[in-house]
Amino acid sequence: MATKNDTMTAQKTPGILDKDTDFEVRIDQTICVNKSEQETPLWHNLKYALVGILFGIVFIKAEIVSWFRIQEMFRLQSFHMYGVIGTAVVVGMISVWLIKRFKIKTVSGEEIDFQPKKFNKGQIIGGLLFGFGWALTGACPGPLFAQISAGFLVIIVVLLSAVAGTWVYGYFRTRLPH
Amino acid sequence: METILDTIRQPWPWYVAGALIGLIVPALLLMGNKHFGISANLRHACATFFPAGIKFFQYDWKKELWNLFFVVGILIGGFIAATWIANPNPVVVDPRLMEELAGYGITDHETLLPKEIFSWEALLTVRGFVMLVLGGFLVGFGTRYAGGCTSGHAIMGLSNLQLPSLVATIMFMVGGFIMANLLLPLIMRL
Repeated sequence: MATKNDTMTAQKTPGILDKDTDFEVRIDQTICVNKSEQETPLWHNLKYALVGILFGIVFIKAEIVSWFRIQEMFRLQSFHMYGVIGTAVVVGMISVWLIKRFKIKTVSGEEIDFQPKKFNKGQIIGGLLFGFGWALTGACPGPLFAQISAGFLVIIVVLLSAVAGTWVYGYFRTRLPH
Repeated sequence: METILDTIRQPWPWYVAGALIGLIVPALLLMGNKHFGISANLRHACATFFPAGIKFFQYDWKKELWNLFFVVGILIGGFIAATWIANPNPVVVDPRLMEELAGYGITDHETLLPKEIFSWEALLTVRGFVMLVLGGFLVGFGTRYAGGCTSGHAIMGLSNLQLPSLVATIMFMVGGFIMANLLLPLIMRL
């Protein structure tokens, strides 16, 4: 363990890859993250599971996890997915605007922070590659989980393959254009 | 009572689904300053099980446990919807798509995924292998390279008016259009 930590500190050289290129994981790599993550007991995370349950139900019931709906979207044969994503973005935008405008805090009184993200080539190349995968499998990462629990067990292979893809990206990250 | 249940069992319209998904953004922010995103879980899986000394996977994934709970919730939700309030009818598919798919030998639309592609037998065919294994790989590689997926970029990123997210979202769509219209017809004939 100790040696692992030593290597980590030794590797810390400033450069583009030390900056956070990740939209979803806000961690060590950003230089000035002073997030006051309040220490909370594990069961406090159950509320996120409840939101997840609602999300999973919507995924299935609105057929967002259907390969057919994704194919129709990319062939402009149906408005459904555009309606779903468009409405979600509008509702999300209004919510974020309200939170910023009235400086609304979390239920535990923590300030809500939004960090601006910088452009890098990953959004173009990676975005294109993800688009290919999305049209092939008919699923983005969230729906994969709902498909599996809805009984399509073969999707476990797709999920494992996606984990492998993530790992391979991590392995070659420093050699890829960003 | 029965009519309400019947209504719930029918496929939900886009505006209901869109509004509920949009509300996840403020729900997560208000619950604990969490930013909506799912593909990060694939990274956490790597960090947990096979970090292999790769710097990208060296971080305290335990701080991101909320996201794991969120995904477990999706699993439970998917099970609930498919078990108790499933649509009893076949999936309604655009006739133009049905016609195209019939040309590739795909006629099943009983459930959300056609069994001619999404089954263990199909996985052993060249076409099934390319679609499931290569497709899954591209989903995992692409989302992490782009720094997020449909939820992290298209919904959370756009909600926060982030230009990089707009670029990513446009590229997701460009990739999807190219694959579905130009490459998939070739792959389907494999």
